[in-house]
Amino acid sequence: MVTSNSLVYLIALPLLGATILLLAGRRADKWGHILATLMSASSFAVGLYQLSAMLGRSTEERAISQKLFSWINVASFQVDAGLLLDQLSICFVLLITGVGTLIHVYSISYMAHDENRRRFFAYLNLFVAAMLLLVLGDSYLNLYVGWEGVGLASYLLIGFWNQKPAYATASKKAFVMNRIGDMGLSFAIMIAFATLGTVSFVGVKEASHNASQTALTAIGIMLLVAATGKSAQFPLQAWLGDAMAGPTPVSALIHAATMVTAGVYLIVRSNFIFDAAPTAQLLVVIVGAITLLFGALVGTAKDDIKKALAASTMSQIGYMVLGAGLGPAGYAFAIMHLLTHGFFKAGMFLGAGSVMHGMNDTVDMRKYGALRKFMPITFVTFGLGYLAIIGVPPFAGFYSKDLIIETAFNAGGAKGIILGGAALLGAAITAFYMSRVMILTFTSPQRWDEDAHPHESPILMWLPMAILAIGSVTSGFLFARGDALAHWLQPVFGEHGAEHSEEHLFSPIVVSAMALVAVAIGVAIAVIKYQLSEVAATAPENVSIFTRIARKDLLQDSFNEAVFMRPGQALTRVLVKGDDVVIDGAVRGIGRTALGAGSALRTSQTGFARSYAALILIGAIALIAGIWVVTQ
Amino acid sequence: MVFTTPVLNYAQLSPILIVLAGAVIGVLIEAFAPRNARHNSQMFISLLSLVSAFAATVSIRKQAGVDAAMNSVAFDGAAFLIQATILIIAVLAVFLIADQENFTALAAAIPGSQEERESLQKDLRVTEVYPLTLFAVAGMLLFPIATDLITLFVALEVLSLPLYLMAGLSRRRRLMSQEAALKYFLLGAFSSAFFLFGIAYLYGYSGTITLSGIQQSIVGGSGNDVFLLLGIAFLSVGLLFKVGAVPFHAWSPDVYQGAPTAITGFMAAATKVAAFGAILRIFYVAFANAEWQWRPALVIVAIITMLFGSVVAITQRDVKRMLAYSSIAHAGFLLAGVIALNKSGLDASIFYLFAYGIATLGAFAIVTLIRDAAGEVTDLNRWSGLGKRSPLTASVFALFLLTFAGIPLTSGFIGKFSIFSAAYQSGSTAILITGVLSSAIAAFFYIRVIVLMFFKDPVEDGTSVVLPSALTAIAIAIAAVVTIVLGIFPAPLLSFIESTAFFIR
Repeated sequence: MVTSNSLVYLIALPLLGATILLLAGRRADKWGHILATLMSASSFAVGLYQLSAMLGRSTEERAISQKLFSWINVASFQVDAGLLLDQLSICFVLLITGVGTLIHVYSISYMAHDENRRRFFAYLNLFVAAMLLLVLGDSYLNLYVGWEGVGLASYLLIGFWNQKPAYATASKKAFVMNRIGDMGLSFAIMIAFATLGTVSFVGVKEASHNASQTALTAIGIMLLVAATGKSAQFPLQAWLGDAMAGPTPVSALIHAATMVTAGVYLIVRSNFIFDAAPTAQLLVVIVGAITLLFGALVGTAKDDIKKALAASTMSQIGYMVLGAGLGPAGYAFAIMHLLTHGFFKAGMFLGAGSVMHGMNDTVDMRKYGALRKFMPITFVTFGLGYLAIIGVPPFAGFYSKDLIIETAFNAGGAKGIILGGAALLGAAITAFYMSRVMILTFTSPQRWDEDAHPHESPILMWLPMAILAIGSVTSGFLFARGDALAHWLQPVFGEHGAEHSEEHLFSPIVVSAMALVAVAIGVAIAVIKYQLSEVAATAPENVSIFTRIARKDLLQDSFNEAVFMRPGQALTRVLVKGDDVVIDGAVRGIGRTALGAGSALRTSQTGFARSYAALILIGAIALIAGIWVVTQ
Repeated sequence: MVFTTPVLNYAQLSPILIVLAGAVIGVLIEAFAPRNARHNSQMFISLLSLVSAFAATVSIRKQAGVDAAMNSVAFDGAAFLIQATILIIAVLAVFLIADQENFTALAAAIPGSQEERESLQKDLRVTEVYPLTLFAVAGMLLFPIATDLITLFVALEVLSLPLYLMAGLSRRRRLMSQEAALKYFLLGAFSSAFFLFGIAYLYGYSGTITLSGIQQSIVGGSGNDVFLLLGIAFLSVGLLFKVGAVPFHAWSPDVYQGAPTAITGFMAAATKVAAFGAILRIFYVAFANAEWQWRPALVIVAIITMLFGSVVAITQRDVKRMLAYSSIAHAGFLLAGVIALNKSGLDASIFYLFAYGIATLGAFAIVTLIRDAAGEVTDLNRWSGLGKRSPLTASVFALFLLTFAGIPLTSGFIGKFSIFSAAYQSGSTAILITGVLSSAIAAFFYIRVIVLMFFKDPVEDGTSVVLPSALTAIAIAIAAVVTIVLGIFPAPLLSFIESTAFFIR
């Protein structure tokens, strides 16, 4: 593999920015945001340079690596801190730094009145650095460092306004639920090392050819657990909605475009494991299918614009996971949807931030309405993202989602029908709830509070939105034309990467038609329900049991509390008691024994020289006796 | 009777000669220089001779041989490392001694007398402490390189006698200080008698007083084993007394507490290095082939020493006594390196001595800074909340405590790890288990002091941290930096020791 020594700059620049801002403290308040934005932009520039260099090389030589230093060197456990930039990671690098830079720019204005803006930018840079390490690490252990780094940045940013207890709790919830996933990743690494003897991607890939099915399945399942935690997939999805407590740019960057897609990256990166472990792969599609419907259903009931978008993120990542679980046929489409989603979802979140900016930080869509007239730019950019997410041709989501639905139908047999049907149903529900968001916010009659004075946001905010909207419009077409992205990524997935399933359940055109019909039905219901009939400014109370359950996130929190939290608390109490009595008891016992012994022994120190001399004499005799006994 | 003219290799003896010359000049200054010029000139002479001696040691480090002084001293890699360590510690110790606040004005004055009050009013200085230090250092330099038992005894006395005096020079609590000095002298004389007795038996066993001669006798196996046994036992008593191993330790808490703190630091660090240098040479060279005789007894001494030092330290209320017991425990850890009796045991012991000596000096230097109106405050209860009042001082002291406890990223961890792994290689599992166990016990009281300093509220009783003099500050800074650097990048020093340390036979 070609080696390079410039990869490290990708990570080093934002990391340097974060370090400077955190160490300089208040002194950096005046220029901190500019430095952070420059660092992110420079990293993007390095990424573009790497892309152009990569395009200049032949297909076999595109992947490049850099060894930073020898990290762990214990007997057979050898890990280098090394970076790997290949066709897959360059996609992520450009997404992270590109969208990241736009969001930095947006935040300059959005956070202008926050006295801790510098700290915010420091965390943003920290996040970018950690996320880049996650996608550039050349082994599972290096990935793990980045994985934990983004978890930390996410925690810090969700709880950025931690003066509100609810927000602090939200950040804690996200952190704790992520820990479960993190445990999965560390188990996967441990199993990989124990059974395969290596943790590097190259090493595991080679070793997986001769590894036992059981080991690979175990690693695969543990990787899936990791992915469900970080990507808010069923059953570890509950934290994402609460994570909306963070400032909106954070929701756009971390909880929509990049960090939450790390699970998809992990699965796709580990394609060699899942290809060889069908059971784990089946679990992946099940998780994906459940989550895409789960998120969509939750999305229908949310009045909080950010939570509606969060539910939609969950659902869209469900599509990606579904695609990734469909094996070689789906990896490229999962990544394609991930990239297009990065554009349109980040754009919509920024749009939501812009709306909140104009509406005194109100997030309740029932208090919006008719904002089209007051925020034309936000309306247009948000609307383009909307068209992309529901999958109207020729917008980005149409291409990427359609390909996943099509691949799902082609999975074969009942599995194909069920998965394809779920994906199709999800598309219909997506169209419904996204139309609902659109109508409630922009086109229905106004329902504002009296003190609201909606206005368009400044240029630093709408420019990033506009650029992302361009991506929402064009990216799908560009990626899908001539299977451009699939061919680009093919070397990562090995020789069978581009092997299309020859058995078509439905021809592509039929799938597209079915999808469009589903979307049309969803949109139509939304229009009838919200545009053509009156919407209450407060959420009605006398609603069906289904609505109530959906409003409560399908009872995810009640379920977690009943099944995990309360038994967990009980277990904790028992363990605390046990710890008190058994472990602390033992420690205290040792302490008391040592103290008692000390108090007894210190009396030997009488202060009299004669007794010291006697002690020496006794010691000498004992020494002689000791040597005598041994010698005889 | 025929006398042969002794042939001396002055180059190899130069470190010792330079230090002795400095000491003699110091005596002359005491006799002839005007009083107010003495302190600075003494300090200058001391530092000059110690630094020149260090330079001399470094310049002759490649020379090895036993013929420097008619076969009575040996120069080899281990000798160079030990001598260099002693000289570095001595320089740092002189930095502390230069802060004369701790010393009595007139050592000969009776405590509480009119004469004492006058001497205090006139602001007299005990400048004789400098030549005394240099004499002691000269003895320490000779002790670990002596290859015959008579030279060994002479060196022991040369290093001990000045220390007895220096222990009595404390400015405050002078009675206690003088009591400590007298105790140290009495018990030292007692143990010297044992030592001499051991020499006599070993001569009786082998008909020679050289270490290599004794070794050949042991290999030959023709002598009377009872004499050998008694010889080893009595010689060990004298040596174990100097390093403060249980049950020959009783003097050290009293003396450490009574002596001026700078002197305590010097004794704790330099004496231990010199004595262990000698022990390593004697046991690795002369007694190596009789290991089945002395090893079990020494294992037991080491185990008792480690446990006793750690356990009793827990109950101490005085920081100097606590450090004394800690130094007893460390003597036990170092004995593990002697018992290992292999190359890695030698390397580990030398590294440990260097790391421990420097950190000890640093810790006692900090003790000199914590004072109230009446002088140093050594009562631990009054150290509570120190971390809130002087975070830097408390943090550095915490660093030294952590290195004593052997916490990773400090030199103490590397030292303990290498010494225990050497002991393990030699098959001494008992030592290993006790060592780890007593390290855990020891960590208890080191960390208790840290808790006391950082997590308790300060007591308002006039205890304060004085600004260190420039020299003291330098000594503390060097000690702290060495402790951290050796904890993080020990490899260069370890490999240097590994390639350098050997005993010529």
